[in-house]
Amino acid sequence: MRSILSFRRLLALCRKETLQIFRDPSSNIIAFALPVVMLFIFGYGINLDSSALRIGLVLEDSGPEARNFAETLHGSPFLRVSTSREREPMADALTAGTIRGFVVIPSDFSDRLKRPGETAPLLVVTDGAEPNTANFVENYVRASWDVWQRHRAAERGEPPRPGLQIEPRYWFNPSAESRNYLVPGSITLIMTVIGALLTSLVIAREWERGTMEALLASPMSLPELLLSKFIPYYALGIISLFLCVAVAVFMLGVPFRGSLVMLWLAGSLFLGCALGLGLLLSTVTRNQFNAAMAALNAAFLPAVILSGFIYEIRSMPAIVQGITYLVPARYFVTAMQTIFQAGDLWPVLSKSMAFLLAASGVFIALTSLKTRRRMD
Amino acid sequence: MLWRLQTLVIKELQALLRNRQGRLLLIVPVVLQVALFPFAATLEVKNNTLAVLNEDGGSVSRELIHRFSQARAFSHVMPVSSGKDLERAIERQEALIAIRFPPDFSRDAAAGRPAKAQAILDGRRSNSGQIALGYVRRILLALEEERAASRGRAPVSEIMVRHWFNPNLDFVRHIVPSLVAILTTISTLVVTALSVAREREQGTFDQLLVSPLTPGMIIVGKTIPALIVATVQGTIVVAAGVLFYKIPFQGSLPLLYGCMLLFILSLSGLGLLLSSICSTQQQAFLAAFSFAMPAILLSGFPSPIENMPQWLQALDWFNPLRHFIVVVKGTFIKDAPLAALLPNIYPMAVISVITMSAANWIFGKRLG
Repeated sequence: MRSILSFRRLLALCRKETLQIFRDPSSNIIAFALPVVMLFIFGYGINLDSSALRIGLVLEDSGPEARNFAETLHGSPFLRVSTSREREPMADALTAGTIRGFVVIPSDFSDRLKRPGETAPLLVVTDGAEPNTANFVENYVRASWDVWQRHRAAERGEPPRPGLQIEPRYWFNPSAESRNYLVPGSITLIMTVIGALLTSLVIAREWERGTMEALLASPMSLPELLLSKFIPYYALGIISLFLCVAVAVFMLGVPFRGSLVMLWLAGSLFLGCALGLGLLLSTVTRNQFNAAMAALNAAFLPAVILSGFIYEIRSMPAIVQGITYLVPARYFVTAMQTIFQAGDLWPVLSKSMAFLLAASGVFIALTSLKTRRRMD
Repeated sequence: MLWRLQTLVIKELQALLRNRQGRLLLIVPVVLQVALFPFAATLEVKNNTLAVLNEDGGSVSRELIHRFSQARAFSHVMPVSSGKDLERAIERQEALIAIRFPPDFSRDAAAGRPAKAQAILDGRRSNSGQIALGYVRRILLALEEERAASRGRAPVSEIMVRHWFNPNLDFVRHIVPSLVAILTTISTLVVTALSVAREREQGTFDQLLVSPLTPGMIIVGKTIPALIVATVQGTIVVAAGVLFYKIPFQGSLPLLYGCMLLFILSLSGLGLLLSSICSTQQQAFLAAFSFAMPAILLSGFPSPIENMPQWLQALDWFNPLRHFIVVVKGTFIKDAPLAALLPNIYPMAVISVITMSAANWIFGKRLG
């Protein structure tokens, strides 16, 4: 009887696998170069906080009140305003997508302001093809309009407007920078690429080339086989995780308030899920192209759209919300954003980790079931 | 010569569609993404929870809380009884926004003094928080104007907002056109990048090289299948958008398809280029992925291009996806004329010429 788990055999297999990883430049690039590139993209390229929106201003009225409002609009740090006398060029620019909206000050604006009891309207047109940006255009123009009204009321000794005010405070992220939660969330994508995509490709290649059958025919046991695939990629993923955190904190300046132990724990559990899924898909498809496409669709895309890292889960329809509960990335995104921004909040983290643990168990059990069947 | 090309195209298509799993993996993901993406990928704020601590109890704060509960953004208003509970609601992500009305809020409002409420927002979701705060501000403003009007005072000025092309700011109208571009990107790159690498890995590339096909013909033969697959996938998305999501197609279909052709050409050239550098399918796939990921993220789909730093915007000029998304949106929902789209069409032509001639050059070198 051979033993189920021989340390020597496992070590030899892990060594073989590690050599294979380092021999192929593409796995190195995926594990070390892509994470850094992606973090920089999420740090600099993806920014939901519009800070320099290009808008137009149509001055149909040239009275002092209109000029006063135009000045306030120009003063907004969030808007870059170009002025015109007519609507036509602004409408064309909006269609071509070179501006995101325009404000029209109608010709009777100053006149109406002079007459008491009359309301002077302003028109704001936004590019609805970019709904999030359109919201920001509206909010920023409204903010400038508030400022203008406040100054005007103060100058004329009228009661302050708006009378009902709200003072916002952003917890964990006082300046409300989207980078501070997008960068931790994007680590989920990187771990998914390493765990599911890379692993599924590598193992599918072994099936495709027939070296998997050779391994199965050798005196190794099933746990040894799975562990020998698992351990090297787990190590690769964890190294990459800490590299990501180092880049995020030291180069991108994202605050990190939790502990490294918690990070390691959450990262290990999520890698368990991703690797388990990668192993499962490659065992089922046994073809590199198909394994990669399957991993892309079953692991990567859900991590982008259903994990809540960019898109708000609560705004999704109930059925889609239900599906998100089955996506491991959702729990890891919550864990990462909490560890980075809020710290080790145990009530939030324990729930996420319990799910990740259960999901990795399911994927690994399914993989060993599938592999065993292939051996017969 | 045409006949030779035809056999090569047929062979390539067979390699893609030979087995059932392969066929399924070309269609099912597209259908799945078209069915799921528009519902999920929204930055809208709705059905969220607003926690409220009312230390005031006066008529103004009560009226405001009632109006919050009527708003589409908040399906649930969660009353809490202490500042500690308010903090916990945000900490544990039970609420997106928490509002505290201080004791003299209603009294201040009645006396015409500025009445100040406080809002705590979850910084882990600050984009949604900012949008939710915008809604809260509008509710406050509406109430204030109604109160002034009931006392016979008209507001000095008012803002009327019109969202062109998409009056209700429906995210579907942003996502479906973007999806046309994203899905064609992925399929074009994967199909072209893997085609040469697969032949190399299986040893059939040498056979192709000794056949009477010229490098140019091999490139055309490998581009046409990608063109077919990507155009079919793009058409599925457009059709689903019009039929299923009820987005009226405003512009010119020939313009859209002409640009789609140009776009697929620019990416095919790139895919073949990557493919000829890589020696295994694994490398080719990962190379295609390493290009597609950043290209999609920097396409203006997840966040506007003008939010990027200048140097990145300049670099992004070489990203064909960035230009194609503008064209798809322009034709699909804006009815943009050709002239308005030209600034985005000519870069795609330039990129196509560059990538195709580079691929041709490398293939020629392998032959010689």
